[in-house]
Amino acid sequence: MKFRREAFPRWLFRRVPDRQTPIILRQRRIFILPSGAGLLFAVAVALMLIGAINYNLGLGHALVFLLVGVALVAMVHTFRNLFALRLTPGHAEPVFAGEPARFPLRIDNRSRLPRRAIELAFAGQPNVSVDVPAGAQVSAFVSHVAPQRGFFEPGPVTLATRYPLGLFRAWSYPFPVWSCVVYPKPVHRPLPLPTVSGLVEQDHHGEGQDDFAGLRQRQDSDPTRHIAWKAVARRADEQPLLVKQFTGGGTEELWLRWSLAAGADDEDRLSILAGWVLAAERQHARYGLELPDLRIAPARGAAHRAACLRALALFDRSA
Amino acid sequence: MKRVARVELDHETIPWLLAVAAGTVAPHMAHLPWWLTGLVVVILLWRTGLWQQRRPLPHRGWRVLLVVGCVAAITWQFRTLFGRDAGVALLVVFMALKLLEMNTRRDAIVVVILGYFLLLTHYFYSQSIATGVWLLMMVTGLTATLLRLHGGAQPPPAVIRQAGWMLVQALPFMLVLYLLFPRVTGPLWGLPQDAYTGVSGLADHLAPGSISRLIQSGAIAFRSRFADGQPEQSELYWRGPVFDSFDGQTWRARARPAVASSVPPQIESRGKAYAYTTLLEAHHQRWLLALDVPTVLPAGSRWAPTLEVLASEPVRLRNRFSFESTTAYRVNRFESPALLDEALALPPTVNPRARALAEEWRSRSPGKIVDAALSLFREQPFRYTLQPPLLGRDGIDQFLFDTRQGFCEHYASAFVFLMRAAGVPARVVAGYQGGEINPVDGYLTVRQSDAHAWAEVWIEGRGWLRVDPTAAVAPSRVEQGIVAALPAAEPLPVLVRLDADWLREWRNRWEAANSTWNLWVLGYNPQRQREVLSRFGWADADWRGMSAALAVLCALALAIVAWWTRPVIPRPDSARRAWRQFCNELRRRGVQLRTWEGPLAFAERVADEQPALATVTREAAGCYATLCYGREVDDELRRLQRCRLRLPLRRRCE
Repeated sequence: MKFRREAFPRWLFRRVPDRQTPIILRQRRIFILPSGAGLLFAVAVALMLIGAINYNLGLGHALVFLLVGVALVAMVHTFRNLFALRLTPGHAEPVFAGEPARFPLRIDNRSRLPRRAIELAFAGQPNVSVDVPAGAQVSAFVSHVAPQRGFFEPGPVTLATRYPLGLFRAWSYPFPVWSCVVYPKPVHRPLPLPTVSGLVEQDHHGEGQDDFAGLRQRQDSDPTRHIAWKAVARRADEQPLLVKQFTGGGTEELWLRWSLAAGADDEDRLSILAGWVLAAERQHARYGLELPDLRIAPARGAAHRAACLRALALFDRSA
Repeated sequence: MKRVARVELDHETIPWLLAVAAGTVAPHMAHLPWWLTGLVVVILLWRTGLWQQRRPLPHRGWRVLLVVGCVAAITWQFRTLFGRDAGVALLVVFMALKLLEMNTRRDAIVVVILGYFLLLTHYFYSQSIATGVWLLMMVTGLTATLLRLHGGAQPPPAVIRQAGWMLVQALPFMLVLYLLFPRVTGPLWGLPQDAYTGVSGLADHLAPGSISRLIQSGAIAFRSRFADGQPEQSELYWRGPVFDSFDGQTWRARARPAVASSVPPQIESRGKAYAYTTLLEAHHQRWLLALDVPTVLPAGSRWAPTLEVLASEPVRLRNRFSFESTTAYRVNRFESPALLDEALALPPTVNPRARALAEEWRSRSPGKIVDAALSLFREQPFRYTLQPPLLGRDGIDQFLFDTRQGFCEHYASAFVFLMRAAGVPARVVAGYQGGEINPVDGYLTVRQSDAHAWAEVWIEGRGWLRVDPTAAVAPSRVEQGIVAALPAAEPLPVLVRLDADWLREWRNRWEAANSTWNLWVLGYNPQRQREVLSRFGWADADWRGMSAALAVLCALALAIVAWWTRPVIPRPDSARRAWRQFCNELRRRGVQLRTWEGPLAFAERVADEQPALATVTREAAGCYATLCYGREVDDELRRLQRCRLRLPLRRRCE
């Protein structure tokens, strides 16, 4: 039963990924129906027609027919607001689970007709409205909350417009082949880094003593002379204390091991490891990652961080 | 359909909504109760203030209180919530109060739709050209508001221009629907009591003052166009209601059973027959105005025994009627004795002096009696005036022997009284006399100020004869019209007494335009629709045919609008076209330009992959790059176009 109910919309809306780009919106892909406001308008016009007939108002007839004409013209205008647009999907940057992933979509309007108020959204997600001037290209970012780690494919996007009068809603379901890497949701609670492994020689989490590198929240083990009193004084009083961080030396290595992350299950562990990666990167430590089936040699920097997080995102024990 | 997301209103859209609300409500102020007008003004100002200071709208409780209060007040004022005026008042109240509950786009859309609805209600009160112009302006404003609500911030003139443009595109639909939408004769249900108010025209009785009151109005009673030729001005007697029953003060039409009227009159025409069409304004009476005496009646009407033309229904709408009339005639030489008896009846005891005078004439022949009465009016110092002294109980005695000042109703009434007292059957006829040709459209315009009353007497062997005693006193009334007959000091409306030629000409133009407007906009009824369609060669249009034609024409118009407004993609310029053609040729030879590749990089790749094509591709790419980015362009375009032809044939390169 359910299958049958789904089959018709699936055929009508043809929800299959568009592998070919750019995706060009043509008649077959654009749907149009009266909006709620349009139905209200129709009821009002019908009542007006009855009034005009009943009181025999010649001008009333003229007004009613003019409004009918306006509605029909608005239908054409709403349709053409989407017609012949070219959509090119872009690459989405990785995000952490629970955060909104932003999928870029370049909308190319080659016509001489400016397109206004085009709304883009994934089902059940917040929408974004863009105007595309005549002969211009505009990039819109459609966001979808990333549900869990791994590859995330958001499905078809709804591209809709009510412009110009809001009496009709024209929409299309372009289905760009989008995929976004979703990192595990990091656990941000202050975790002591696994210094016990002995691989780290200095106990201040890879911090040096020489060059000022920034501020971070104070942990119990921080020496009081590192507290940034000036910074604390500038901030509101309820804030936690900040300590100055220093770098220097830098030959220490930190291993973030699967076995050290004490979590309830695998996902917990991955979250803890992700939190550690972030913390280690914040503290400019050289860190390596060790998973049951993977080992990434110690390094630092954005690329290393991304590689580690990606490994955590795509970790699959059964494989 | 997807649920409409709650869209907060942009602060800058509020003035649009306030403006259209004010614009659609404003014309109603004239006929709304004063307290409602005041309330609307206060709410508009209040809302404008809230907008300016960006303050929150009043609490929900206040709004509910206001709605309940207003509905109660309207019920108290109109004694009902239904009917035309109460309905309009309610709409105005809703419009004003909705302004206080305007947070989301949905609220704003409700305001706009209420505005459209309020526009319609203006036509209950006026359907003039000015109202039509106002309609167009307000529809543009309302549509522009919708555009602004859905299209985001743009300069107001651009929004209004675009709304106007959409209306222009909507016009073909309006015309097609207007002409072809199968018209129904309303009303669909019984109209409320207040549907017709403030109409003027001849009344169903005649008393001193009833016509001189009407004379004050310059409003048009009807307009007529003769097919060929028009009678003399002094022959233009437009016959209205006939009064044959007198109670001492007032003349009325005798109530008769409908059966009695089935006998057609005997009319012997002795002159030219005039065919003409009349555009009669609604006067809410059954009688039609026909040139004395009609021989051919419009469909659906009939003769009353007293020779007035009656329609089957009161004329509630301006309508067109076609007649044929003759001005030289003999009518009803053999009249029914009952009717003649009625034409002699007088109330006892009133006006003894007039009776005594008539008794003296009784021995003479009827023709001599008429002459005697007319010479009385001519020889005694009677005056024709709009402002006669008030008359008492024996009004005709006072008029004939004391005051001797009166208007046409006094003369007609006194004359008929004398005739009846002298034994000549007589009756009073009310109607219009004269009219003025409008040279712009050739219509004879007859105004309320042309209203007139005269007498008819029945003489053995000659039938009913028209006698106009007013002509005996003021001959110019009949020959030249009311303005010439009355002294300059008499109060006549300005529009009637127009001396300046240019003013008269402008009035003529205006009335001709109005008449066309009336014909096409207000008088476009089922009958007129059939006439218009048959003029286009469609003789027997029924509603099915009209609906089908309507659908086809609307679809056609839709296709035209869609094609006309389609998004036009500019053709690539010639350089790009030449380059693309060149690249297409290369693709057939196995190298494809990648979307991210510039022309020069592409040429290098081609040189790597297919050295045979290297030279010509490099030249083509060089030309294209110069065309696109070069400062000075020589004959690169031609060279680029030629490069395609210089490519080696496909077979050779494989």
